[in-house]
Amino acid sequence: MEISPWVILFASIFTNNMILSNFLGMCSFIAVSREIPTAFGLGQAVTIVLAITSIFNYLLYHYVLLPLGLEYLRFIVFIICIAASVQLLEMIIERFLPNLYYALGIFLPLITVNCAIFGVSLFMIIREYSFLQSLAFAVGSGIGWTLAIVALAGIRQKLKNAPIPKGLEGPGITLIITGLMAIAFIGFSGIVQIQ
Amino acid sequence: MAKDKYRKLLRLGIIEENPVIVQIIGICSALAVTNLMGNSLIMGLGLTFVTAISSLTISLIRNYIPKHIRMMVQVLIIAAYVIIVDIFLKAYMPEMSKALGPYVGLIITNCIIMGRAEAYAQINPPIPSLVDGIAAGLGYTLVLLAIAFVRELMGFGTILGFRVLGDWWTPWTIMVMPPSAFFLLAILIWIFNNKRNGEVSK
Repeated sequence: MEISPWVILFASIFTNNMILSNFLGMCSFIAVSREIPTAFGLGQAVTIVLAITSIFNYLLYHYVLLPLGLEYLRFIVFIICIAASVQLLEMIIERFLPNLYYALGIFLPLITVNCAIFGVSLFMIIREYSFLQSLAFAVGSGIGWTLAIVALAGIRQKLKNAPIPKGLEGPGITLIITGLMAIAFIGFSGIVQIQ
Repeated sequence: MAKDKYRKLLRLGIIEENPVIVQIIGICSALAVTNLMGNSLIMGLGLTFVTAISSLTISLIRNYIPKHIRMMVQVLIIAAYVIIVDIFLKAYMPEMSKALGPYVGLIITNCIIMGRAEAYAQINPPIPSLVDGIAAGLGYTLVLLAIAFVRELMGFGTILGFRVLGDWWTPWTIMVMPPSAFFLLAILIWIFNNKRNGEVSK
């Protein structure tokens, strides 16, 4: 398994996009994609949290759980680690970057239950990534997630005045747009491939 | 009397407040595993088990947990049951465990379970909570199976691995790929909303 971290970085942004090909982080993806600034704020927060938690989870898994033979506890350990890092990050941002804190404020706690974060940690274990590969994968997934949610928010802003069938309003049309975006992203799939 | 109540709970969870198509929660895994019906069935059963049992447990200990740490306790309870499901799958269905990959672990972050725990189990006695959990789980499973049925039939020409459509059928590759899951769920929501709006306007 010798893939360059750069390949993984770009693959996780375009070809193996978290939302469009792995369906992770859909809940907040649909709920928070009404306007571009908030979507971008959430994307930033997700990317930061992803990078931090993937480092912690990697170290915890390879230097604590594996030597002790406790791999089956990884779900609990990961989720606690994610919750703790989010809490810590919230306190740090509140103390040093109050502006960013007010911008991100409500999103930070939500991130704990964002499946993308947890999913990235699980994927990096299953695919047996090295440390650098994991970091690249996490950052790439975060950027890919941001890209997708900002694009969706842009499309949804334009859609406000469009005549949509009544039953499709809200989540329905959002899912269809996401599906079309996923088809568009399939166009990238020739470039790089990881799995 | 009690029977009616349980029946009502089941109907609420499966149809009127179906977690996936009405509340739009827990769709991450709903979309990811629906390329084959077998996967969806196992995933649905796993989720139903975890939702039911963790609702029961949370409801049993609801009076002993301090309010401000209840989220943490709930997550730990859910995680413990998910680990049981994961180990069970690894031991008895290694193939299935590999196919589902990280999505078994992702049951923990599935909003349906936390949602039921917060909205129902936290304030109701154990047995109704158990029924409520089963109802939400079944609602989820049914939607998964509906999507998987179309995707597997059109993508592979099979149902649960048995060939239904003959050689003349050209598989639709799009049905195997991610976008079709989005479209099918959207169509399902559309049909459901239309039906419900029709009932309201009557």
